[in-house]
Amino acid sequence: MSAPATACAILGSGHIGSDLAAKIARSKHLRLCAMAGVDRDSQGLQRAAAAGIFTTADGLEGLRAHPSYADVALVFDATSAQAHLAHAPVLRADGKAAIDLTPAAVGPFVVPIANLSAHLAAFGPGGGRNVNMVTCGGQATIPIVWAASRVTTVHYAEIVAAIASRSAGPGTRANIDEFTRTTAHGLEVVGGARRGKAIIVLNPAEPPLIMRDTVHLLVAECDAEALEAEIRSAIAEVQTYVPGYRLAAPIVLQPAKAARVPGLGVVDGVHVTVLLEVAGAGDWLPTYAGNLDIMTSAALRMGELLAQGGELGGAR
Amino acid sequence: MTRRVLLHDVTLRDGMHALAHQITIEQMVAVAQAVDRAGVDLIEVSHGDGLGGGSLNYGFSRHDEREYLEAVAAVLTRTTLGVLLLPGVGTVTDLRMAYAAGARNVRVATHCTEADISAQHIEAARGLGMDVGGFLMMAHSLPTAALVAQARKMESYGAHIVYVVDSAGAMGMADARERVDALKGALSCQVGFHNHDNLGLGVANTLVAIEAGADRVDASLAGLGAGAGNCKLEVLVAALDRCRERLDVEVGAALYPLIDAADTIVRPMMQRPVQIDGRALVLGWAGVYSSFLLHAERAAARFGVDARDILVELGRRGMVGGQEDMIVDVALALRDGAPRQGAASDGP
Repeated sequence: MSAPATACAILGSGHIGSDLAAKIARSKHLRLCAMAGVDRDSQGLQRAAAAGIFTTADGLEGLRAHPSYADVALVFDATSAQAHLAHAPVLRADGKAAIDLTPAAVGPFVVPIANLSAHLAAFGPGGGRNVNMVTCGGQATIPIVWAASRVTTVHYAEIVAAIASRSAGPGTRANIDEFTRTTAHGLEVVGGARRGKAIIVLNPAEPPLIMRDTVHLLVAECDAEALEAEIRSAIAEVQTYVPGYRLAAPIVLQPAKAARVPGLGVVDGVHVTVLLEVAGAGDWLPTYAGNLDIMTSAALRMGELLAQGGELGGAR
Repeated sequence: MTRRVLLHDVTLRDGMHALAHQITIEQMVAVAQAVDRAGVDLIEVSHGDGLGGGSLNYGFSRHDEREYLEAVAAVLTRTTLGVLLLPGVGTVTDLRMAYAAGARNVRVATHCTEADISAQHIEAARGLGMDVGGFLMMAHSLPTAALVAQARKMESYGAHIVYVVDSAGAMGMADARERVDALKGALSCQVGFHNHDNLGLGVANTLVAIEAGADRVDASLAGLGAGAGNCKLEVLVAALDRCRERLDVEVGAALYPLIDAADTIVRPMMQRPVQIDGRALVLGWAGVYSSFLLHAERAAARFGVDARDILVELGRRGMVGGQEDMIVDVALALRDGAPRQGAASDGP
């Protein structure tokens, strides 16, 4: 007999929170019992309420005031970086595990292919009980950098994430600097690059464009076939939880001579360009919004791992 | 009363595109001294894609941004030093660095439909006490009423001036007039204009913008800038002088020092002529971001396809400023005969 599903709550009723809610609804291991937003009229809260889930427009305080909060073992935060900085200590004091989908980066970064189970100890006694899912662009690109790092030295990793304007809600728009900083840091800490840089572009084309991510790497000379094979293998692994994640064009390798990388100096090596496309499952927004899926699917995997592993203790 | 229009020199920022961001410190100092002596009001110094633009995607600058800024700040006596910042490329951290290096003006640039990503940067710049512009790029692609709504957002965040930016050099004269006129009518702050010469309207549309009430306009010496270049500063000053009484405007810059700087400093710097050749023309015709030009030419040579086809396809897909990565994507698709993808734009 399987264990009862772990009770969880979502903070934030925007695009990311709402897409995550749709995915949790299909989970065997997690049970969504509450969603907290700040806008009573938001579609996300209305849809959750219609599904019989407790909703509040009073944010985390509204959630804490409700009896269901006692049962909640795990809280997904899909608000904004600034809001999560305020939420994190409260959740910790209340004994709740937190999976942070904002770029606040309070807890350590988790990218499933690279380190899904590396921070389970943080949920044990005395741990911070908080992990961060980097950013949508980070989830889409760090697997490539991590794969390249298994083959050769990655001197520099730079990513360009282009998302459809319609898929960027107010939280994302208010967090542009946090996105670039947190993604760049994730490219280094999880991806293994000596230096990381992130660029994000919002594209308003109609019909909306599918999320595109480009990874530019400056790597030390290496076996090109082994490098490509490792990158393709990483893409296949990500496809197990985001089927619409794919290579959009052949991988391009070209010699790079005396590249002047800010903060790193002059570097020789190989410039690798990996052009990716991320189509979503169409749970909340249409399939162009792969930027939602790449985050929420990774967060769901983290949540399910915690639920299955017993790190969340008796608070079921 | 005669109206004073401020001139904003972009030779050392937009001109970086034309030289693949390889301008030397010595060249920067020479241009800045000439601009300062001529009495130009503002000068912009940044990577072509703004602070933090040094990257594999856009090209690394020859020198560190702080070095460029400090070198120019040291020689300016009356011209205000400014920078460009694209949220998503540069950050407030870069802005603070620029301020510390002497910058007192910043233009915060977004695609014309995305003004709300500029709020944190405009507010940060105001907090530093800087003169702040909001820079609405690819403004040809948005109907005027929608452009006004975006401009109002930038004004509400604290911008002292909002620019109509014809990044693709794709506006006709009526397009430029209508947009500047509408912003002047709707905003309490100043209105500016920036353009490219891809359709041969660089100086003409800038004059039209001034007629419509633009408070500040951008231009560069010998037009050094992305695509077919910007409005030519020395030509603009001469043309304004010819129309001075009719327009009842004045500028603070002297003509001969600008002509000399264009001829003796800037033209000798050029590696590829900055002119309306076939590829630069296609930028304006297809409504494509001007800085895609050199990248498209390189991709065309590398993958054996026509640069014009790359540019037209980029326009058709609706690519915006900053999406230089899609140039290789398009070139590969053209080479491999892949089916067309993405949205259709307003291009031909």
